[in-house]
Amino acid sequence: MSASPSGKPSRVGDTPLVRRTLITLVLLVGAVLVLAPLIVIFAQAFSLGVGAFAATIAEPDTRHAIMLTVIVALIAVPVNTAFGLAAAWAVTKFDFPGKRLLIVIIEIPFSISPVVAGVAYLFVYGLQGVFGPALADANIQILFALPGIVLASMFVTAPFVARELIPLMQAQGRDLEEAATSLGASGWRTFWSVTLPNIRWALLYGVVLCNARVMGEFGAVSVVSGNIRGQTNTLPLHIELLYHDYQTAGAFAAASILTVLALVTIVAKVLLERQGAGRRSRVSVAAPVLLAEGQRP
Amino acid sequence: MRLFILGAAFATLLSSSAFAQAPDKILNSSYDIARELFAKVNEAYVSANPGKTIDQSHAGSSKQARAILEGLDADVVTYNQVTDVNALVKGGAVSEDWQSEFANNASPYYSLPAFLVREGNPKNIKDWGDLVRDDVKVVFPNPKTSGNARYTYLAATAYAKEKFNNDPEQVKEFVGKLFDNVPVFDTGGRAATTTFVERQIGDVLITFEAETRGIAKEFGEDKYDVVVPAMSILAEFPVAIVDRVVDKRGSREFAKSYLDFLYSEEGQRIIAEHGNRVNNEAVAAEFESQFPEVRLVRVEDVFGGWDKIQEEHFASGALLDEIYGQR
Repeated sequence: MSASPSGKPSRVGDTPLVRRTLITLVLLVGAVLVLAPLIVIFAQAFSLGVGAFAATIAEPDTRHAIMLTVIVALIAVPVNTAFGLAAAWAVTKFDFPGKRLLIVIIEIPFSISPVVAGVAYLFVYGLQGVFGPALADANIQILFALPGIVLASMFVTAPFVARELIPLMQAQGRDLEEAATSLGASGWRTFWSVTLPNIRWALLYGVVLCNARVMGEFGAVSVVSGNIRGQTNTLPLHIELLYHDYQTAGAFAAASILTVLALVTIVAKVLLERQGAGRRSRVSVAAPVLLAEGQRP
Repeated sequence: MRLFILGAAFATLLSSSAFAQAPDKILNSSYDIARELFAKVNEAYVSANPGKTIDQSHAGSSKQARAILEGLDADVVTYNQVTDVNALVKGGAVSEDWQSEFANNASPYYSLPAFLVREGNPKNIKDWGDLVRDDVKVVFPNPKTSGNARYTYLAATAYAKEKFNNDPEQVKEFVGKLFDNVPVFDTGGRAATTTFVERQIGDVLITFEAETRGIAKEFGEDKYDVVVPAMSILAEFPVAIVDRVVDKRGSREFAKSYLDFLYSEEGQRIIAEHGNRVNNEAVAAEFESQFPEVRLVRVEDVFGGWDKIQEEHFASGALLDEIYGQR
């Protein structure tokens, strides 16, 4: 995350030639792997003209897919942020038996293929699954409706925030929190005034990653969505549908919207960071001041 | 405030999918490349039956059948594989006599594996026999994963059975040679199309006739020619009412009227416009020039039904594995 300070002595082998070769290589790979496909998406989206692009976006099914994707993100990202914060807090600030196990559990979704996660949900909530028949009797629809999509998205993105926070919070230790507590601040107050200001950039980064992944999730959602157009088709599923239907320009138009949604979150992150960078020095000074305030009852 | 809006959105979505199900709305679970076809069909049906709504779900039809067994409340299915409807029968969602509920084995339209060749047909590919020539490269997806390619496999096998008087060794050799001519086995029809069209691999792409026209239309009609072989296998597109769902929702009548519409002259015309062959004589005559004559054999007649095909050809270690494994 943090940029290394300038004026560092050059390391062994860090000759201009090596440096230039490495930079060229990274730029080249970046251009081929990331930039080129991005350009292609937008070029293809507008290949049939702006009119065709607008027509795809104006189609009710596409609009619904966009809306559904945003709704899923609006639910899944805050929940996972709260979960990630709580998990990171528990793991780094407390000692308890089973701590390592908890870390492993948090990371499981990283190592499991999303499709497997989707199928697992089928086995739990499906009509042939564990809770399916009881849920059907109670007329509660989880699979092939919004709850299933949200659950699957949350499963896949559960580790993002926690994984960003745990290393940072581990490195920062508990000294500040302990000081705050000894000065009489409540747990809540300690969190808001001490912990949060220290972790907010990592937290923001975790939220951005989580959001990007929720919006782009395909595998798990594809299994539990039911693919009902205008109801349970998220944007990635809609793109696949258009693509299979030989609506190449339409598929790329929808893909460009998804790309824009992702880019918006990344740009927002950069802007927030830039705005915050100026204040960062003040924040570290401000923390003790706030703490002193916390002393007063 | 935001929470409230969210909650409201959540509730609306919930209710539209689970509760408050008015019988003026049904869900059609369909295969993945039929989006445009059913968009047109539904438009026509709704304008003839104002106030009704047909929702569409599209994906690979095996996956679709699985979703219904797991609780997706689709009132009707319109698939491209008889086996997928049979899976619903085995799961108790569709009654066993579904094929007698609608005409033509409950298949309102049909198609056949046909060839898409490059402009002017430079390799002069006319029939299945040409596909095993040494100078011909063939593209179709992996029959292990693609229903589309299973029909290709069955059509080639049916051709070989006729040609070699059912001699199993010669049939196997023929199909083996055909597989040897396939440079890449993609997992699905769409990927095979990409291989043929965008990567420019192969001399001929084998897929449903209906789709060959769609591909030519999307990627340039002057760049490809459709070749219909002299014989091929009949690919049925089965439809069925999902009894489990319509009984629960009380939507049987609506579901039936919708599927009946597929057999009506208007429905058949829309279906034919999308490259599928239909049985309605008037409409078939209208589109005669679009559909060259072809002798179609039935899966039941040549192979003794889908269960037998599964057992003898597609099950693990069966004939397809033997041929595929030789590569």
